Parts: sequence; structure tokens; C-alpha cells
Amino acid sequence: MSVKTLMINGQMVSASEDQTLLDVLRENGIELPTLCHLDGLTPIGACRLCLVELAGSNKLHPACMTRITEGMEVTTHSERLVKYRRMILELLFAERNHFCSICVINGQCDLQQMGYDVGMDHVRFEYQCPAVEVDASHERFIMDHNRCVLCTRCVRVCHEMEGAHTRDVMGRGGSSRIITDLNQLWGKSGSCTGCGKCVQVCPTGALFEKGRSAAEVVKQRDFLVYIKTAREKHLWIQ
Amino acid sequence: MTGEELLAAAEKEQAARRQAKYCVAVCAAAGCHSLGSTSIREIFQKAVNEAGLGEQILLYGTGCLGLCHAGPLVEIQRYREDSWERWLYHHVNEGMVAEIVRHHLGGDQPLAQFLYPLDDPFFRSQYKIVLENAGRINPERLEDYIGADGYSALWKAVSEMTPMDVVREVTQSGLRGRGGGGYPTGLKWSTVAKSKGSRKFVVCNADEGDPGAFMDRSILEGDPHRILEGMALAAYAIGAEQGYIYVRGEYPMAISRLKTAIRQAEKVQLLGNRILESAFNFRVDLRIGAGAFVCGEETALIGSIEGNRGTPRPRPPFPAEKGLWDMPTLINNVETFANVPAIVRNGGQWFSRIGTEKSKGTKVFALAGKIVHTGLIEVPMGISLRQVIFDIGGGIPDGKQFKAAQTGGPSGGCIPLPHLDLPIDYESLIKVGSMMGSGGLIVMDETSCMVDVARFFMQFCMDESCGKCVPCRAGTAQIYRILEKISSGTASLHDLELMEELCDLLKHTSLCGLGQTAPNPVVSTLRYFREEYLAHIEQKTCPAGVCRMGAPDAACGSAEPVQEKENCL
Repeated sequence: MSVKTLMINGQMVSASEDQTLLDVLRENGIELPTLCHLDGLTPIGACRLCLVELAGSNKLHPACMTRITEGMEVTTHSERLVKYRRMILELLFAERNHFCSICVINGQCDLQQMGYDVGMDHVRFEYQCPAVEVDASHERFIMDHNRCVLCTRCVRVCHEMEGAHTRDVMGRGGSSRIITDLNQLWGKSGSCTGCGKCVQVCPTGALFEKGRSAAEVVKQRDFLVYIKTAREKHLWIQ
Repeated sequence: MTGEELLAAAEKEQAARRQAKYCVAVCAAAGCHSLGSTSIREIFQKAVNEAGLGEQILLYGTGCLGLCHAGPLVEIQRYREDSWERWLYHHVNEGMVAEIVRHHLGGDQPLAQFLYPLDDPFFRSQYKIVLENAGRINPERLEDYIGADGYSALWKAVSEMTPMDVVREVTQSGLRGRGGGGYPTGLKWSTVAKSKGSRKFVVCNADEGDPGAFMDRSILEGDPHRILEGMALAAYAIGAEQGYIYVRGEYPMAISRLKTAIRQAEKVQLLGNRILESAFNFRVDLRIGAGAFVCGEETALIGSIEGNRGTPRPRPPFPAEKGLWDMPTLINNVETFANVPAIVRNGGQWFSRIGTEKSKGTKVFALAGKIVHTGLIEVPMGISLRQVIFDIGGGIPDGKQFKAAQTGGPSGGCIPLPHLDLPIDYESLIKVGSMMGSGGLIVMDETSCMVDVARFFMQFCMDESCGKCVPCRAGTAQIYRILEKISSGTASLHDLELMEELCDLLKHTSLCGLGQTAPNPVVSTLRYFREEYLAHIEQKTCPAGVCRMGAPDAACGSAEPVQEKENCL
């Protein structure tokens, strides 16, 4: 594994070849907001919050999916990047029905925290207020599409970690929905193992456990890295 | 089939055509078909047989003859003294058929009153490479295509050229991707040729989805073997053995003709194992799209062929390096492949003499909207937009004034009157804020409202966004909202400002080309027709008289039916 040197916001930094740019940034204490990314899941570059500027390219690149190269020059917080991140969050807040004060995850929500982080004190876009469903048919969990940001973390964790592929995406554009099996009620799903991994990885209050108050919600996500490391290094064989 | 047999078959077909008293080509493209050309052909056949001319007349259906507004079209050809004489009958109906057969086919007296003048600028200013076989071949007969020098380029390649020779020929031709981007085809081919992989693939992108565009459909329907030959040449050049044609499900006629063509070619070893007795193997399969515009984006198309949900993924890695099943994959548009046989047959140098310095060859355009000659044309690159619209297209109907032309569909922009003398090439169109696109050309006159046009295209992008990335999914919906407000006279200048900010966001942060180019129609109409936007906002009037003023929500309660009532809550 060779080591590369790159320039991040004017600072020289070294990194190993197999790291993504996002890994390197986080290792060096540079925080970028991310929604679709989660350590342990395949990156998809969909939320566009971790976009950075690379010298010599007129396009913006998602840090989570960018491989590092020798001499790469990265800018993470230019004026326009900060503005774009804020606008993307505004678009998300206006897209469905995100009302923190009455949300089961108030105070523990990634989306809410990101809003604070980028200093988003109001939304300039018209709220779309779509009429979306809540699926409370499962014995232990609830899926509230009002809070869903379509990050597809639940889809990927179910497919990649649990191996059940209970979840997928249906429809397109703003009418996209996370579905259970072939758009069935969660409680009637034949493939769901009830492991609750999707609930743990959900960044918002779209997936939550029944009967818990906001203060009691703790999202446990470290398991992903354990499973991934064990699989990649074949730890169970020893 | 061996190369010698191929040449012999071509000779035989050409002789049969020359010996026929007349060749009668009835347009069998979707446009004329929907006007009843299929039954016209049957009536023709019957009348010819009854007149006892069945033996001497060669009657067949053919690909798009171009003049779609005047269909059904029938072209009659005769070989005499080393040249072809041609006549074109338009708006052909049952009654005319009997007369044409009696006087023209039987008595050698063309019926001048039904003829379309072939010296019309519509025909004179065109230059046909991709569409050269329209009128000449029956798309459902392999022998016809062979008779028109079909598969001779493939024979030339496998018998006397190395794969690198083919790449070199294409590079030298200067051909650029006809799907819209204009990426140099030769460069793409040589990249895939050099990429390492245990298998490689050739993919033909026939998921044509721009509103008002029908070039690829016409090529597929009119000359399917040309695409197969182009793909086979590409496969030979890059070292692939498997090809896919991703064609949209909305094109049933194109699908059926492609199926026929693949079956015919496989039967005589023009596809399959040991093509033309060489060591080259190549198979082609069809994949039918299910109606998503975004599947025309190459990474989404790959996902769809693999059997997954058709959503784009960030590039790099590019498909040339990691495409179908992570193998090096060459993806080109229908029209790009259609150019290749002619390039290999006649040489790259021949092709590079046509067109401008940076844009070589010809471009097929589908003329639509407020234009006299709605139809399909092929023009050399560098021709001016004015020539295309006013000479070939015949200008604007009903004595109306030209306002703008939209190229590039929902990813392109409008080109107003002052830029009409612009030469059509990739760079010039980008310079004025539009793009070449795949070849849709929609003409608008004074009765078109530019805000309404922008709203239409934004609605299209909003509906077709796959929903994966946030800027495109939520941003197009917000821009559409604001455009709705502007066109109903309820927007403020602040909304306009916000919309421009959103356009900038989408352009720079969207994941794929759909989102990145979605703001183009808004940005370009704002650039050239800002005063129209301001009239809607400040004076609350629509200068073209298209938009209905008044809050869309308030209108729901009125007795009058409102166009978009279903949107009201």
C-alpha cells in the first residue's frame, strides 16, 4: 500500500492509497456533513453534501467516493461550497414534513444537527408538504415517510449487512419511496428478519422503535464497521 | 457467408434493382405508418399485380423519407443510362395509387400534380450519410442492405484491417459522439481498446427520450443492419464479443425490426461465431427500456442492463474502464454507430472533409414545432440555423414570426433570432447557451411564451428525475414551483432571484447530466427573454398570451375548467 501526499485547504497531509478522500478529511479533523454516507456501507454519492473542489477540475467531487491521488489539491469550505451545502439542506427540509419539535428523534437527528452545523436558521423555499404515509404495521418498528430523506442507508444495510434485501426504492423523483418487499406493509413482510439494523442507521426519525421517547433514542452504528472488518479480514476463520 | 458470397449477393441485388422497370419505395417509418402507409403499400401491390406489372416493379417499404408532414410518401425510382431518376409522391391516398400505377408505372407518364419537387431546398441542402439508405432499402430485408454495400465495411475490417486500424480510421474521421456530449469517438474507442478486462462490451444507447426527438427511432426503423454493422466494427476494434442495444419500450416498430435484423444476420454468420469466416465472434442482444428518461444516462443505462434500478452513479470510474459488470464497456449513441460503416468503407479522411474544423460529418435533426416541413433531415455540420429553419424547414407557418429554436431538448437551451446565422457545430451551440444534443430541433414562433416553455421542460425534468441525488430531486420541484408562480403572475422578484440561485446549485452539484443540465432551458430563456419573465412578474401579463394570470390555487374554485386542476389540493 503506497502512501500519497495531498494538499487539503493549503495543508500538506499524507494518506494511504486505499482511503477515500472523506476518510482522509475526517482523519485530519476536517468535518463535512454527510447523509447518505455511513462507514461500513457502500458509498453512493447521492446527498451531495460532501462535495469538494479539486484543483484542475471544473466539477465538484463527492469526497465519499473520490479516490486520492498524489498531489491532489482539495478545498473543502470555499464560499460556494458552504452555500451549496446550506441550500441542499434547505431543499431537504422543504421536501417532506420535517418538524423537529414533534419528532421522536428530536435532539438525536443527523439532519437536525447538520442544520445547526451549517447555520441554517430558516428555509427560503416553499414547503412542499406532500401527503405521505406512516407504516406502523410492524410489531416493534415504525416507518414514517414524512421524515425520510431517501438516503437509502436502510436499503443498503438490509442488502449488504443483513442480506435480506427487504427494502428497496420505488417510483422516481419526488415521489420515490422506500418500500418493504414489493411495496407491502412492513408487518406483513416475508423477508424482514426484524434485526432492526435499518432503524439504527436511519439518520432521521423516519425509522424508529415503538414506545421510546426522544430522550431514550440511541442510534448504535458501530456494528457496521465490526461486521465489515470481520468480513474483509475473514476474522471468523481464525 | 464468406466475403466472396457477400460481394456476389451485393452484385445480384444491385442488378435486380437496375433491371426493374421501376422501384417503388413506400415510406414505412412510424410517421407515415400512422397515416396509413402500410395499407397504401398493400393497395399498391394489388394494383400493380392487377395491371400485370408484378414482375417488372420492385415494391417495398422503406425507412423515413424525411418529409413527415406530407405523408404518406411514395418514392419511385428508375435506373436509366447509368443514373437514377426519382419522383416523390406526397399525401398519397387510395385514389392516387390507381392513377400512379396506370399512368406512371404503366404508361411512363409521371403525374405532375401529385409530385413533390425534388429540387426543393428541403432536399438540395441535405447531405446524407446516416440516412443514405432511406428510399433505397427495405429495412426488413438483409439482401437489400447488402445490395447497398452493407457489411462491406465489416468484411474490409475483418479481412484486411487490424483492430487498431479501425480505431485509427475512426479517430482520423474526427467523428464525435452524436448523443449530445460530442466526445471524440475515436478517443473513446482507443480508451476501451486499451482498458484491461477479461470481457468487454459494446452498448448502443437507443433510449432516445428528448421531447420532440425521433432521429434514433427513424434510423433504427429505417436501417437496422447499419447499427449492427457499426456495433460489430466497434466490437472488432475494441475486442468485445458481446453487444447490447438498449432501446426504449416505446419504440415497438424499432424493436421488431431490430429483432428481425439480428435474426437475419445471425443466420448467415454476419453476427455470431466466426463472422465472415474470420476468427471474430460477436453477438448482439436487445434490452428494452421501461420508460425512464434517466436510463439514457450511461451509468444508469448500465445499471438497467444489469437488472438493477436505473440510477446514475458518480464517474469516475468511467464505463470505458468499469462499465457493465465492471468490465470495460463502450457506449455510443445510435447515430454514432450509424456513421461508422461509411467511415470504415470510405476512409476516415473522406469523412473528415465534411463539416467544420472541429465538428466533422453530418447531423440528423428532427424538425418539430412551429415549422412548415416537420420531419427528419440530415445536414452537414457548419450549416447555419437559418438555412435549416428557413430553407430546409420552409420557415414558420401561417406568416408568423420566428422567435426561438430549442436544441438539445430538456438539457439544451433556446437560440433566439440574433443567433440564427450561427453555424451548427458543438462549440458554437454551447457558446450561445444551448447544446447540440441528440438532434431534436423545436421551433417556436411569436405565440410561444418562453416562461411556459421553460416550465414545460422543467416539469419534464422533475418528472424524470430518478430521485437519487437531492439537488435534482428536490431542486427541480422547487424551480418548477417558482415557474408556476411566475406563469400565474403570483411571483415576486425575490422568487426570480431564488430560482437563479437554484439553477446554479443544480448545475454544479447534481450527480448526473440530467440534473446538471436541467436548469439550461430556464437559464437560456432568462438570458434572452428576461423581459418576458419581468412582464409576468411586474405587470402580471403574458406577452404571448399563453399563461393564465391569477393564483393557481384560487382558480380551483372557479366554475371555469382550469388546465391543471388536478394539481390543486
